[in-house]
Amino acid sequence: MDKALIKGYIAKRVAKEFKDGDFVNLGIGLPTMVPAYLPADVHVILEAEVGMAGQGGKPEVVDPNVVDAGGQPSSIAPGGAFIDSATSFGLIRGGHVDATVLGALQVDEKGNLANWIIPGKMVPGMGGAMDLVVGAKNVIVAMEHTQKGAHKILKECTLPLTAQTCVTKIITEMAVINVTDKGLELVEINPEFTVEQVQEATGAPLIVSPDLKNIEE
Amino acid sequence: MAKIVSMQEAVAQIKDGMTIMVPGFLSAGAANEILHAIKEAGIKDLTVICNDGGDPKREHSLAELIHSGQVAHLWATHIGLNPEVGQKMNDGSMKVTLVPQGSMAEKIRAGGYGLGGVLTPTGIGTPVGDGAEDVGGTKKQIINIDGKDFLLERPLHADVALIYGSVADKYGNVKIHGDARNFNIVMAFAADTVICQADEIIDMMDPDEVLIPGALVKYIVDGGNK
Repeated sequence: MDKALIKGYIAKRVAKEFKDGDFVNLGIGLPTMVPAYLPADVHVILEAEVGMAGQGGKPEVVDPNVVDAGGQPSSIAPGGAFIDSATSFGLIRGGHVDATVLGALQVDEKGNLANWIIPGKMVPGMGGAMDLVVGAKNVIVAMEHTQKGAHKILKECTLPLTAQTCVTKIITEMAVINVTDKGLELVEINPEFTVEQVQEATGAPLIVSPDLKNIEE
Repeated sequence: MAKIVSMQEAVAQIKDGMTIMVPGFLSAGAANEILHAIKEAGIKDLTVICNDGGDPKREHSLAELIHSGQVAHLWATHIGLNPEVGQKMNDGSMKVTLVPQGSMAEKIRAGGYGLGGVLTPTGIGTPVGDGAEDVGGTKKQIINIDGKDFLLERPLHADVALIYGSVADKYGNVKIHGDARNFNIVMAFAADTVICQADEIIDMMDPDEVLIPGALVKYIVDGGNK
């Protein structure tokens, strides 16, 4: 698949996971592209751990007191609320957030997630990621299927974890995979690839769903 | 009633070796002018509890105190936006303790609310879980409550909290515009002395609008950002 189109393809598929009124937290990078692909009748409320229940888009006028988690200018959406850090993580950890979407370095068949540290390299810190993946009802990993061919979806993560058994779904440019008690279930496939190709790009056995569908564009 | 003081009088409250709480996400919601005055005063060996390592792109910020070597120990959740923190952590010139952001908020809240700690599922099975270093050199431990594992996070407390206010009144009441409130509220509870840098100081605000009650705030400094 054309490299330039991969992120948009994944973000578009992630957007189908949301229904109108869902309260979601989006990680940095690819996940922030998801709202652009939501159908016109689906509006989600964005939780920003920095302190907004209802984050808006890039502001026309910069307000130094309204920022995103990276300290960049942001805005509050109509109907949104400013909240403090304890309240923000009360929403997150308390199970009030319907879904979080984030990238991963590794994810395994038990739903263990590693996305914050590579030993020996610079440590950025976990920020709010550990609380988000423990607390959100659905944890969707949105990422490229492999790292330049190297497996990222594994039988067992080798990097230090962000949290145990937290991931519910993996969405890549090749497939949609549910994390189940029995293992990784392949539920949708990009018709550009065969099941064998997806399995080859995956470091854990896939259970092919009897209802396997194509990812619809 | 809170006392409105000069920047010099405010900084005189802070001594070498103290633990200070610094709210803010980079510079939003931080008392950047007080931090600058601490840097100028050369107060050192500080333990700082902050979400991040300050904003290195800004002249007045926690980042300049870290750069000048006045911070001996930093408690933080995310240090990726100030690369100098990682460098100092790796070369051993500054101790850094990483805590998940939600756990940080709760450790501070516990410190300010008179609780012996909090039990959270966050961090279990990770490098900051069971056995990781916690407050006062203790080790984090797992406590099972009704069949579910939780991590004990001990409370954080400080000598001084340097909070930010969009508006403060003469009674010490503070309100904060936007998401700059972040860690300000919990930190105002969790320190022996609370100093507020305010953009604007008024006689009295509407009690319905108070975010941090004046009873917690000892000193107010004009931040000059009107």
